[in-house]
Amino acid sequence: MIHLLVSLIQVLVLLLVPPLLLGCINKTKAWCAGRRGPPLCQAYYDLAKLMRKGAVLSQTTTWVFPFGISVGLATAIVAGLIIPLGQPMAPLSFAGDLVLFAYVLAVGRFFTMAAALDTGSAFEGMGAAREATYACLAEPVLFLGLLVLVKLTGSLSMAELLGGSLIGEWSVAGAAMLLVLVSWFIVLLVENCRIPFDDPNTHLELTMIHEVMVLDHSGPAFGMVLYGASIKLFVFAALVVRLTIPLETGFVLLDWGLFFLGLLLVAICIGVVESVMARLRLIAIPNLLVGAGVLSAFGVVLVLAH
Amino acid sequence: MTTHCSLWVLASALVAMASGIPSVLMSRSRNVGQLLSCLLLLAANLSGVLAVCQWWVAGPGNPLVWSSPLPGIHFSLSIDGITAVFLLPIFMVTSLASIYGLQYWRQSEHLESGQRVSFFLGLMTGGMTLLVVAQDGLLFLTGWELMAVASMFLVGAEDDLAETRRAAWLYMGASHFATLCLFGVFGLLYAINGSFDFEPLKMGHSTMANWLALLALVGFGTKAGIMPLHVWLPGAHAQSPSHVSSVMSGVLIKMGIYGLVRVSGLFPEVPVTWGLLVLLLGCTSGVLGVVFALSQHYIKRLLAYHSIENIGIIVMGLGLALLGRAQHHEAWVMLGMAGVMLHVWNHALFKSLLFFAAGSVVHATRTREIDQLGGLLAKMPATAFFFLIGAVAICGLPPLNGFVSELFIYLGLFHTLAVERPVSVAGAAFAAPVLAMIGALAVACFVKVFGTVFLGAGRELPASRGHEAGLPMTGPMGVLAGFCALIGLAPWAVAPLLQRGVEAWAGEPTSLKLQELAPLRWVSIAAVVLLILITGVAALLQWRLRVGGSQRSLTWDCGYAAPSARMQYTSSSFAQMLVGLFRWALWPVEQLPRVRGLFPSQAQFLSHVPDPVLERVLWPVVRALYRIFYVFRYLQQGNIQAYLLYMLAILVLLLVWH
Repeated sequence: MIHLLVSLIQVLVLLLVPPLLLGCINKTKAWCAGRRGPPLCQAYYDLAKLMRKGAVLSQTTTWVFPFGISVGLATAIVAGLIIPLGQPMAPLSFAGDLVLFAYVLAVGRFFTMAAALDTGSAFEGMGAAREATYACLAEPVLFLGLLVLVKLTGSLSMAELLGGSLIGEWSVAGAAMLLVLVSWFIVLLVENCRIPFDDPNTHLELTMIHEVMVLDHSGPAFGMVLYGASIKLFVFAALVVRLTIPLETGFVLLDWGLFFLGLLLVAICIGVVESVMARLRLIAIPNLLVGAGVLSAFGVVLVLAH
Repeated sequence: MTTHCSLWVLASALVAMASGIPSVLMSRSRNVGQLLSCLLLLAANLSGVLAVCQWWVAGPGNPLVWSSPLPGIHFSLSIDGITAVFLLPIFMVTSLASIYGLQYWRQSEHLESGQRVSFFLGLMTGGMTLLVVAQDGLLFLTGWELMAVASMFLVGAEDDLAETRRAAWLYMGASHFATLCLFGVFGLLYAINGSFDFEPLKMGHSTMANWLALLALVGFGTKAGIMPLHVWLPGAHAQSPSHVSSVMSGVLIKMGIYGLVRVSGLFPEVPVTWGLLVLLLGCTSGVLGVVFALSQHYIKRLLAYHSIENIGIIVMGLGLALLGRAQHHEAWVMLGMAGVMLHVWNHALFKSLLFFAAGSVVHATRTREIDQLGGLLAKMPATAFFFLIGAVAICGLPPLNGFVSELFIYLGLFHTLAVERPVSVAGAAFAAPVLAMIGALAVACFVKVFGTVFLGAGRELPASRGHEAGLPMTGPMGVLAGFCALIGLAPWAVAPLLQRGVEAWAGEPTSLKLQELAPLRWVSIAAVVLLILITGVAALLQWRLRVGGSQRSLTWDCGYAAPSARMQYTSSSFAQMLVGLFRWALWPVEQLPRVRGLFPSQAQFLSHVPDPVLERVLWPVVRALYRIFYVFRYLQQGNIQAYLLYMLAILVLLLVWH
């Protein structure tokens, strides 16, 4: 019963909160730049507007194009069902779901890239190629981090990996977990195409990865892409939050409160990173990703030798 | 009762071998013979499937034994768990390939090779069946040679092309190198056990046993196409007719895996280092296979390199199972070996599917070059859909079958983390991120192929020739795609058979159940949730598009109003960054354009990736050997009397020496 209730809350949070995260990031950036910035709920207004609009579709596209958009959104939601949010449980939780988490996101990537190539545009092909390339480097980093957590908690399900037992491990294997935290934050930035990997603000042509893949999306199709992207960002942010503060105080409301506080902090961190850094040159991106991989590999070695 | 299932499967092998005879005997310009051959092969395979069903229901019974008049030599065959697992894909893929060939390689259109292809396809099928059911080294080798020779003629079907002849010769050389190693393997088996039967080795830890293991790894590894031994594979897969490629890639190279599984099952004890070594080999094959695939320009060659990748994944599972055997962890054995066996099935399903679809494209457009194609989805909707299914499955993505077998291996690898000492064993878990990387690279590669061939606009003339294939070609694809979805959605349905297979390898029934060890039910649930969500979101999108209205216009090329098909991203450009990242392994050959003067004229850029092992290691070594042994050609006069004299001389020498 409680599980059902928590699952329901989680689904609601997963579907409703993500656009707010974008608002928080943008507010932080505006604050850093001394601007007032768009309202916190701007992303909701944008989505509502886009969903009401008509769409222009490219003549070259086939059924793959709308299908790819749908898969992109659906997989982001499924990934959100696997990880724990405010409580150390998840609706779709079983031993081995950590593999499903990574692979379901890969399904989304597969079809988002296919939809981009469906338009026959050189720009979108370029974006898809970059997305594919960086994913090849980001995926191992995610798994190296998972190895550390599996070793520490002895569990194979995300809900337990990022559950309350982790808090004790911070004192025992803090160094390894710190390495994982740093590398996962980098994964968060690359998977969601934030600075220093990509700049979501440089509209369209100058953006290099994600936004360039969705040049031909408009109206409800574009709305779904934006919404899916915000869910994906939320999911990765939740991953980082649960890793940092896997608290179980016993008070449900307090736990959720802490979780949201954590999310806010992550959003502020992303905003600050985006304010103080410039986008990296394309050639330098693999170096950063390989660096993150090496960091988390160190983490694995630390816990293995422990 | 007892020997019935063995008899049925023997009948299946013999009928399959003879199935090509109608085609050979009847008119080669008409298709009746080919149809009859196809039906015979189907009947043979059906009898084989019945044999497996009988084994499942009534148990194995006694093996079928035939004692030859020569002392110490007998042939025996029977079905056990490992055999059953490896038999089913043979029956399925060869049957479908034979049906596919009815349209793809119509006898009346291929007067030179039509009869030959039918005949050797049957012979190869029979050979493979025979080697899998064999319970002793001699019968195994008989089946092995039948398979090797028959498939050599299949690779050389289009022997009017120089490239095909080269691929066939190379394949023959590699095959015989493998067979030579196997002579060593079974010779050592006889030396250790005193018989050729597949019985557990009496001396597990001896120099001879080590040599046996090494020779088996090299011999079977050559057939399976493990990375440094893969030299024959890309050429052979790319040059043979597509339905033959699908059988070769789907089941023939799995015979190498079968050999590794069978022989490794004979060792009562294995050292930890073997497991780690095999795991490392698997990782190397997996990563390099997919990276080489990314850099290819020809669709079938690309798929061939993906076979190397998937063999790598299978070998990783084998390494895990060996580690489990060395460390006495039943869970690792179960997950590793179940991963091996299920991935053998899965690869047979999706790789045959992909080769069928690729064949359909090649058949329609008459080109193998990916970068000439484009926009075929509109012209070949069924082929495109099936290719997409195969592509998603081979990347190991849910909700299809590839995910399940990779999940087994992942779970096993995560289990190794639980060990405290020795650390080297827990280090095996580093294979998990490697597998993740293989998966991501495979996604990149298949998005590239699917996107370039089927999406966007047609690039060059061949793309305009695209047209949908007929039912004999799309039907088999549909069947394979259906099985990919079935295993992905209901993996628990195949778990009992896998369990029997793993127990046969482990040599004892275990208390562990695969269903309890792997979350198969949850995989089903997750797959269904995913499908429901996708459908829901797609319906929502369609509804909003209908309400809001949608119009069609030019692709938005950032304001450029006259985009042409040639401006699209090609497959080479798509892969360029990744090829650059793996430059250290690929050694791409590039011809950069030279810009001269103020108004440079037309320039061109060429880049291709030859196989470094073949071009930079094997050929130079072969050429050097050729020069050294040139002297001895004097002895080879082509005169039979001279050869008899040599034999006599050697015999006398041996007599004297003793």
